[in-house]
Amino acid sequence: MATATFRIWRGDRTSGALKDYRADITDGMVVLDAVHQIQAAQAPDLAVRWNCKAGRCGSCSAEVNGMPRLMCMTRLEDLPLERPVTIEPMRAFPPVRDLVTDVSWNYKVKTTIEPFTPRPPDAADGTWRMDQGDVDRAMEFRKCIECFLCQDVCHVLREHHLHDQFIGPRFLVHAAALEMHPLDVADRRAALRTDHGIGYCNITKCCTTVCPEHITITDNAIIPLKERVADQAYDPIRALLRVIGLGA
Amino acid sequence: MTAGGAPETIEHDVLVIGAGGAGLRAAIAASAAGVSVGVVCKSLLGKAHTVMAEGGVAAALANVDDRDSWKVHFADTMRGGQYLNDPRMAELHAKEAPDRVRELEAWGALFDRTKDGRILQRNFGGHAYPRLAHVGDRTGLEMIRTLQDHGIHQGITFYMECTVTRLLTDGGRVVGAFGYERERGRFRVFRAGAVVLATGGIGRSFRITSNSWEYTGDGQALAYDAGAELVDMEFVQFHPTGMVWPPSVRGILVTEGVRGEGGILLNKDGRRFMFDDIPPAYQKQTADNEDEGWRYTQGDKSARRPPELLTRDHVARCINREIKAGRGSPHGGVFLDIAWIKQRIKNAPEHIKKKLPGMYHQFMELAGVDITEQPMEVGPTTHYMMGGVRVDAETQMSTVSGLYAAGECAAGLHGANRLGGNSLSDLLVFGKRAGDHAARFSREQGKQRVVPAAQVEAASRAALAPFERSAGDGNNPYQVQHTLQEMMQDLVGIVRTRAEMERALEGLAALQARESRVAVTGNRDYNPGWHTALDLASMLVVSEAITRSALARTESRGAHFRDDHPQKDEAQGKVRHVVKRGPDGTMRLERISVTPPSPELQRIIEEQR
Repeated sequence: MATATFRIWRGDRTSGALKDYRADITDGMVVLDAVHQIQAAQAPDLAVRWNCKAGRCGSCSAEVNGMPRLMCMTRLEDLPLERPVTIEPMRAFPPVRDLVTDVSWNYKVKTTIEPFTPRPPDAADGTWRMDQGDVDRAMEFRKCIECFLCQDVCHVLREHHLHDQFIGPRFLVHAAALEMHPLDVADRRAALRTDHGIGYCNITKCCTTVCPEHITITDNAIIPLKERVADQAYDPIRALLRVIGLGA
Repeated sequence: MTAGGAPETIEHDVLVIGAGGAGLRAAIAASAAGVSVGVVCKSLLGKAHTVMAEGGVAAALANVDDRDSWKVHFADTMRGGQYLNDPRMAELHAKEAPDRVRELEAWGALFDRTKDGRILQRNFGGHAYPRLAHVGDRTGLEMIRTLQDHGIHQGITFYMECTVTRLLTDGGRVVGAFGYERERGRFRVFRAGAVVLATGGIGRSFRITSNSWEYTGDGQALAYDAGAELVDMEFVQFHPTGMVWPPSVRGILVTEGVRGEGGILLNKDGRRFMFDDIPPAYQKQTADNEDEGWRYTQGDKSARRPPELLTRDHVARCINREIKAGRGSPHGGVFLDIAWIKQRIKNAPEHIKKKLPGMYHQFMELAGVDITEQPMEVGPTTHYMMGGVRVDAETQMSTVSGLYAAGECAAGLHGANRLGGNSLSDLLVFGKRAGDHAARFSREQGKQRVVPAAQVEAASRAALAPFERSAGDGNNPYQVQHTLQEMMQDLVGIVRTRAEMERALEGLAALQARESRVAVTGNRDYNPGWHTALDLASMLVVSEAITRSALARTESRGAHFRDDHPQKDEAQGKVRHVVKRGPDGTMRLERISVTPPSPELQRIIEEQR
């Protein structure tokens, strides 16, 4: 049976190193299978997060040969197996152990975004009428599986560590999903500009490149939000109206 | 002294164990009642198996077909469950599901729409009318994200990556839970006025399953250990269509929505074998030709459903039969073809990608199969547990005071077989009920919650025991788990016999002995070997409960099929099996009578036959 070498980061909060393991290769195998095989036979305490194994839950995020990927959706036949396959944890988050990182910051950030606020119901029975076209527009953003790979690759977070000033692509997508929800009436523009730091994004599109759900994060979510924010904050006529107390 | 240092003690009025749909809905309900709520999640928030639900949520909204009503939904659920269901639960479920779905929309869920802007509904197996509210094939993600995003603003405290290993009781009442957090392996003691179990399924007891590592039957086993009764444990749903190739994804679900949108099942000879065996109870409602079946999937109200949309138990057995008879696909499944619809509609590839985007993506990326061009290979996969904690229909309280259960880990709604789409409505309806009643119970009890120190001490010692043994032959936790999965798959799977199940009981006894010797290496920081070792106890309890209940049912009904008793037995159709721990610590099985429907409900059943 064919085998390959997997070079896996083993470590804890303070230190770690890459360690080589051999694993058997079978048809259609994905990186997560190799990790499981190594865990079951060679390294029972190898820490890894996973759940669905079908690219739907967003748990098994890691950096495979330096690329942020879901391990369950990365097929070995797409990797050069003559060299070791390097598997490291997401580097934008603090390491916990082996391939597991502390992603709790993401869960805190979400609570700071104003939640869904619907308009009053359209119909007497307390329900709403929505057009499929309007639903489809928000749908792209609602596909997000919260794997946080976009956060991992975003240089504002990864290199500049501006976690307390910038919410990252995942939560700009979340804000876009709410702002473009056909029923939502809340206005998140001011918060996006100040508390959420949308201006830090300089549209390098790395997030879009790594999104396993193929959400066009920059073009479809962030840029339209930037336009809305700019329209509200910097439109000279609006600014004038604000000065004389006639509008927002 | 408590082993491993004093555990952190946390207090809530209501503690919810599990953060899938049922747990989140229960937590939201309890929080709305004004009590303090904690939710323990085994994984990160939003990753629970609800996220994998694809087809939709069943509710008689009657948006697509105005002949639908709660009565039809109730009767469909009872027929699908072969009348072993708790009729009151089936009634409450059918009546309350529409409100629970509309409520999700008010919390931000976006469902696909009808032309006049209402929630669109699709056809599914066993449902007389288009009934499943859906969003393409990612309804579960939409539901769990809506509940999660609503829940985080309701003052609920979440304990992510935390596993409960034992419930704490005082004088026969549940007063809390003991568990560990994964990150550092530290123990936590939860004191609570009431506990809601919402831990989901048991699929990890089998080799081929759609379930993730979490589904080790924790809720069922925790309840059993606390003295509660489990019921209907022989009824394990094998979903007819799981992926069969490549090997690494064997078991991953292929939504019934593929068949709802016109997908057909074929054997290797190209024969549409589902027309060969239509059960008498469904003959009146099933198409007898391919054209009528197609028209049904496209919304023709005068057409009857294609046989691919018969109940899951039946479809799974037909597929099993084709494979066993040597008429299967190259990798041991059968073919599921949706690409054929290009003969019927224009733009079929775009239509398929729009209706089934997740399936397109899943097959393209994992199997290199373009489902708009080629058929899929599918076969049965362990999917859902109809049985579970025996609960009161109104309140969801188990037979132990202060202990509630909702969603998959509870039993009663689905009887011998669950209809697709009824699990998502189940978790909304009974999640809310469990949360409401747990909050009320907790209030009535006041704040007197004495957690017995001896139980905490014993739970700590049990949790640390695997570290104190030295690794040796046959006591690797992964090996024990693997042996259990192989054995249950081979001996207590989709087709069962007495001889095989008796062998399984012997095997389980041997595995119990091995479980008491498992050893783990490393330390307590995020150590999956240790977690796997601790999950074994739950897996063994539910595996034994399944096997004993399946041995006792000497007939074939719903999801339970006995090769040595292939027919239904009318007398056993009135009986359910309850298991609980006997005074000597061994598992006891008792027979109870099914709850007869009220005269009104009986009349509805008769009208809808």
